[in-house]
Amino acid sequence: MAKILFKKQLSPAVYQIRVEAPLIAEERKAGQFIILQIDKDFGERVPLTIADADTKEGSITLIFQSVGKSTKQLATFEVGDDIPVLVGPLGTPTHIEKYGHVVCVCGGVGIAPMHPIVQAMKAAGNKITTIMGARNKDLFLMKEEMEALSDELILMTDDGSLGRKGLVTEPLKELCEQARKPDLVIAIGPPAMMKFSALTTKPYQIKTMVSLNSIMVDGTGMCGGCRVNIGDTVKFVCVDGPEFDGHQVDWENMMQRMNAFKDEEDESVHRFGTHNANHKCRIDKMTDDKIKENEKGA
Amino acid sequence: MSNCDTLHTLDAEAKEILAKINARTEPLKKSDRLAIKPLAMPELNPSYRARSMDEVSCGFTESQAMAEALRCLDCKRPFCVEDCPVHIDIPAFIAKIAEGDFKGAIAKIKETSLLPAVCGRVCPQERQCQLNCTVGKFHKDVGKSVGIGRLERFVADYEREYGEIVVPEVKAPTGKKVAVIGSGPAGLVTAADVRREGHEVTIFEAFHKLGGVMRYGIPEFRLPKEIVDREIETLEAMGVQFQTNFVIGRTRKLMDLLHKDGFDAVFIGTGAGLPLFMGIKGESSVGVFAANEYLTRANLMKAYDTQNADTPMWHGKNIVVLGGGNVAMDAARMALRLGAEKVRIVYRRSMAELPARAEEIHHAQEEGVEFCILQNPSEILADEKGRVRGMIIDRYELGEPDAKGRPKPVKLEGQSFEMECDTVLVAIGNGSNPLISQSTPDLKVNKRGNIELSDEDRNKTFVEGIYAGGDIVLGAATVILAMGEGRKAAKGINEYLASK
Ligand SMILES: Cc1cc2nc3c(=O)[nH]c(=O)nc-3n(C[C@H](O)[C@H](O)[C@H](O)COP(=O)(O)OP(=O)(O)OC[C@H]3O[C@@H](n4cnc5c(N)ncnc54)[C@H](O)[C@@H]3O)c2cc1C
Ligand SMILES: Cc1cc2nc3c(=O)[nH]c(=O)nc-3n(C[C@H](O)[C@H](O)[C@H](O)COP(=O)(O)OP(=O)(O)OC[C@H]3O[C@@H](n4cnc5c(N)ncnc54)[C@H](O)[C@@H]3O)c2cc1C
Ligand code: SF4
Ligand code: SF4
Ligand code: FES
Repeated sequence: MAKILFKKQLSPAVYQIRVEAPLIAEERKAGQFIILQIDKDFGERVPLTIADADTKEGSITLIFQSVGKSTKQLATFEVGDDIPVLVGPLGTPTHIEKYGHVVCVCGGVGIAPMHPIVQAMKAAGNKITTIMGARNKDLFLMKEEMEALSDELILMTDDGSLGRKGLVTEPLKELCEQARKPDLVIAIGPPAMMKFSALTTKPYQIKTMVSLNSIMVDGTGMCGGCRVNIGDTVKFVCVDGPEFDGHQVDWENMMQRMNAFKDEEDESVHRFGTHNANHKCRIDKMTDDKIKENEKGA
Repeated sequence: MSNCDTLHTLDAEAKEILAKINARTEPLKKSDRLAIKPLAMPELNPSYRARSMDEVSCGFTESQAMAEALRCLDCKRPFCVEDCPVHIDIPAFIAKIAEGDFKGAIAKIKETSLLPAVCGRVCPQERQCQLNCTVGKFHKDVGKSVGIGRLERFVADYEREYGEIVVPEVKAPTGKKVAVIGSGPAGLVTAADVRREGHEVTIFEAFHKLGGVMRYGIPEFRLPKEIVDREIETLEAMGVQFQTNFVIGRTRKLMDLLHKDGFDAVFIGTGAGLPLFMGIKGESSVGVFAANEYLTRANLMKAYDTQNADTPMWHGKNIVVLGGGNVAMDAARMALRLGAEKVRIVYRRSMAELPARAEEIHHAQEEGVEFCILQNPSEILADEKGRVRGMIIDRYELGEPDAKGRPKPVKLEGQSFEMECDTVLVAIGNGSNPLISQSTPDLKVNKRGNIELSDEDRNKTFVEGIYAGGDIVLGAATVILAMGEGRKAAKGINEYLASK
């Protein structure tokens, strides 16, 4: 069990929480993630990247977008509530070394997993250019933190409400075309964004790492559900990844596999929604129980 | 049990046998015992159970158990004991059942085995204790051997149902601490035996629930989870501690347990747990699952309970399972229970070579699983959305025996055909999970990733204070072998701590 110590809504669908997890805080490295469940018996296993950690407090920070049943329900948890299942740190840490000039491309909620990587890359002595993309100016996460860590920060919005109007691949291409090309590109965000970032850098032969968010169950290499084709080999994202060479990823297959349970997931969100309206779902029951408990205590 | 429609008749038959024998004045001769027909296991009706998670076999009644027990000849040289991996004193416990002393029988079994309710259900008895049973040999049919597993299950269930589980005694605290990694049968047995000596024991488990494959792999309809729960409660009552959601090698390094956390010894029982794939074209298509994933979703994550569970289940209608072991049978039978209309097992040798337990194959057939033998896919076909639509299947015939003595499947050229399906479950075996060995470089592993031992009688690894056993050492094996390994490791750990 892990207690929620802090919660903040960052944008309409994105939340930041800090949870008590001293051992994970101590062991975690950039690029690693945790898996949580919001119910021990019936909850699904949700992987989320560790966005930050505080060893003194013994806590980790998670930033998540409420996209489906489990993350919507997680968004209803408040400070003081316990997350019943939290396991980690999982995955292979990012390989950190002094490359020279590292360009970090991130979009949407992908900014969260990028944060610890930028931190570590900066600490290793790299020059950092960060390109961040969002639909509009209100959807940027961790803008101040990223600004403080980066030597250069380029903001891109779909509607031009902040920074430049356009896609993250445009400034990426310009950087690739400079005389002194970037030494490493890291792209984290929606699969389409990572795919096109990798396609952008490929002609320039610039090593490009991406962080894949395939569907997972155990997260320890036991089920094979997270497998992706990397070049000619099959890799398990939860243990071999989540970071891979973006030029080797079979993007089409990866995206098809991510949609495998689309109908079931939609159905589950739908059920969650209707239950909510009827005040019958488990979270409501949990809240009811809590009120009763408080009444007893008083 | 109310759904078990044969129970009443079978019980009546058993009562009749017992009544006839009780009416006799002279003692039973060997020939009389050999004349008693094997007692049949009461089972749920196949068409009902194929759509239900209820346990398939309902278990012997008291009369049935007593009648079956009379079939044992109490051999001078009991081959059954030799062939049981943990050498349970089989004739002795069976004699107690015949006398109606069920408590005495279970006490006898528990001298050597910790999980009789599990082993009685899942051991491949026809290849172990029942293989060379004199009675089976006499009838020239291993299926007519004394039903040792069924009797073992009966007394274990009797003990559980009547709430008389005896919590083993724990010696005075020694102040020494032992970490057990993994809560499968190997880990549970090690924990119990080490705890008995008075050492503190903590089990670390990666998942949120305990029991290993008994929890996430073997389905409810074959091994009710209540049984696993009760075994774990017994360990809790002994004072064993549990840390779930704790991945050794990630949450904590193995060596840190010894060097930083004050543990004096460690046992590694992390199981096989690395699904193997065929390596054929199309295997990453949507709708191809390792049986591990399919069964974990269904068992551990309870995805069969679509009303309550959040984990989605894949609802294929036309499912093909690749492989012929217990895992393949479980996946196929689970698929039926999740609503598949057609379930086929594709296996490249013949029925005789299927590695699964005989009972499982029989049950699968009764429930409507079709067996496509001497066949193997060479490619999985997908539609434009990347979803499975079929397979290209090659035909095989049996050739010369291979190194292990099994006939080699030989491909027949020019006989390939297309098989339609919407789901493929791959159940061709498990390798060993490298999480711990990768993060503990001093451990020696063989080329298949199994941990190597420096002392096989004590399951000691090449690193001082670290012991290992179960599937992580043996490769994918059986519950009873994992248990036996745990026993030996516990002996090694107890000796080591006594000398420290
Ligand atoms: C290594 C890794 C790190 C991640 N880090 C973050 C993060 O820091 N912040 C964040 O907001 N999201 C992150 N994700 C994605 C996050 O796990 C999914 O959004 C979440 O599982 C959705 O659950 P749901 O029930 O709310 O939605 P669902 O309705 O179940 O699904 C919505 C979408 O999420 C995907 N998804 C569903 N289940 C899983 C699963 N078990 N594993 C992966 N994806 C799934 C599906 O493709 C689907 O399109 C990460 C995923 C991975 C694999
Ligand atoms: C579907 C299926 C059906 C089977 N049917 C039968 C049968 O009918 N009869 C039979 O005898 N055998 C059967 N087997 C085989 C049998 O279940 C195994 O041989 C046995 O469970 C092995 O026991 P174990 O203790 O070595 O490992 P496991 O039971 O695999 O348990 C290992 C445990 O360790 C945990 N773990 C792994 N890595 C870590 C880590 N790094 N940190 C913490 N915890 C970790 C795992 O989560 C797991 O809980 C079957 C197996 C499967 C998969
Ligand atoms: S433990 Fe298994 S092999 Fe041994 S007697 Fe029991 S059923 Fe037979
Ligand atoms: S071999 Fe068969 S008959 Fe002989 S003691 Fe064992 S169970 Fe009884
Ligand atoms: S999530 Fe199961 S193997 Fe990666």
